[in-house]
Amino acid sequence: MNQLSIGNLLLLVIRRDLLLAMRRRADVLTILVFFVMVVSLFPLGVGPEMSMLRKMAPGVLWVAALLASMLSLGRLFSADYLDGTLEQMMLNPQSLAVLVLGKMVAHWLVSGLPLVLVAPMLGLQFDMSPPALGVLMLGLLLGTPILSMLGAIGAALTLGLRGGGVLLSLLVLPLCIPVLIFGTGAVEAVASGLSVVSNLSLIAALLMMCLVFTPWVTAQALRISLE
Amino acid sequence: MLAVSNLSCSRGDLQLFSALNFLLEAGQIMQVQGENGKGKTTLLRTLCGFHLPDAGAITWCGEDVNELAENFYANLLYLGHHNAIKDELTGLENLQISAGLAGIKLDEKTAIAALRRMGLKGRERLATKVLSQGQRRRVALARLLVGEAKLWVLDEPLTALDVGAVALIQELIAEHLARGGMVIFTTHQPLVIAGVEMRRLELL
Repeated sequence: MNQLSIGNLLLLVIRRDLLLAMRRRADVLTILVFFVMVVSLFPLGVGPEMSMLRKMAPGVLWVAALLASMLSLGRLFSADYLDGTLEQMMLNPQSLAVLVLGKMVAHWLVSGLPLVLVAPMLGLQFDMSPPALGVLMLGLLLGTPILSMLGAIGAALTLGLRGGGVLLSLLVLPLCIPVLIFGTGAVEAVASGLSVVSNLSLIAALLMMCLVFTPWVTAQALRISLE
Repeated sequence: MLAVSNLSCSRGDLQLFSALNFLLEAGQIMQVQGENGKGKTTLLRTLCGFHLPDAGAITWCGEDVNELAENFYANLLYLGHHNAIKDELTGLENLQISAGLAGIKLDEKTAIAALRRMGLKGRERLATKVLSQGQRRRVALARLLVGEAKLWVLDEPLTALDVGAVALIQELIAEHLARGGMVIFTTHQPLVIAGVEMRRLELL
């Protein structure tokens, strides 16, 4: 019988979660629609004052992305937990952390990447300049995977708890503050003509750190939750 | 070879069993018996490493299973109360994915053959949400046909199965034992394996 390598296992989990997301398309769309709605409410609520909108745009887009990514985190492990798949994942002969990484990647592809792609369109409502839109996208591209990975730790810790969704947000949102600061900082820097390298490098560094540590931490949290 | 020595487990403040000893060798089968709530499932889940025992040791070929971890899981097939199948996926996809999670690369032909043997001919490409409870259990049990796990840990494998499927499971277990496999299971239904001595462990 052929054995699967670690890389194949990773691909299998990503493909599986994407396939499940394709069959439950409504879940994916609600996140995107939520993001679009929240961001669009601000220009309507604040009024058409261009300079003010331009100034608040990065913050609004980033906070909305943060909240939108929280929405789907509750489902990250709960479906697998309820139908027993999570137990089977723990018994895989390679490494639970690899499976967890696969789930994180799939989660980002489904709920993070669409936000990155629609963000420039929403930025136009705030009269953001093309360079600012580019930096916003780049920041979100580097930052949203971090939200998925940090969120996975919270999702694993609150697995099986009643009212876990709110607790999850309370746990994860404070951890996302650095990403928010550097992400909005980069857009503000480009708007005022400064270099964006430092802000984006810091997000990239956070991303690397999360890639190394969060799968392992999440795997441990899952083992505790399943006890 | 699975050896359990002096094992005690509790859930919350409730002591389920203590000082449990047994040895399971190649070709042997053991039924864990006891009333509801006596710790049958907890014992099986402890063997798989989901719970840590309060005291005692579980060893596989002389080494502690929690230290072996992944090396032990490669020899283990666990089937719990939950089927671990996804309603949205077809029987074929479910089987290929669950085999993949167990580290086995399963091509479509083998997977379809396994599902057909489980009596799911013509249902391989249907989403499992349209299948009956018994048929879903059959999809889950098709995992017994793929892979080379030595130790089968089966928690109530016969729930929702009809007479024909029970006979099939008995046949599969007999084949597995003949290959030198080991089985530890719980059930409240009669399960007879011809020509093999059924060992029984009573949890009091």
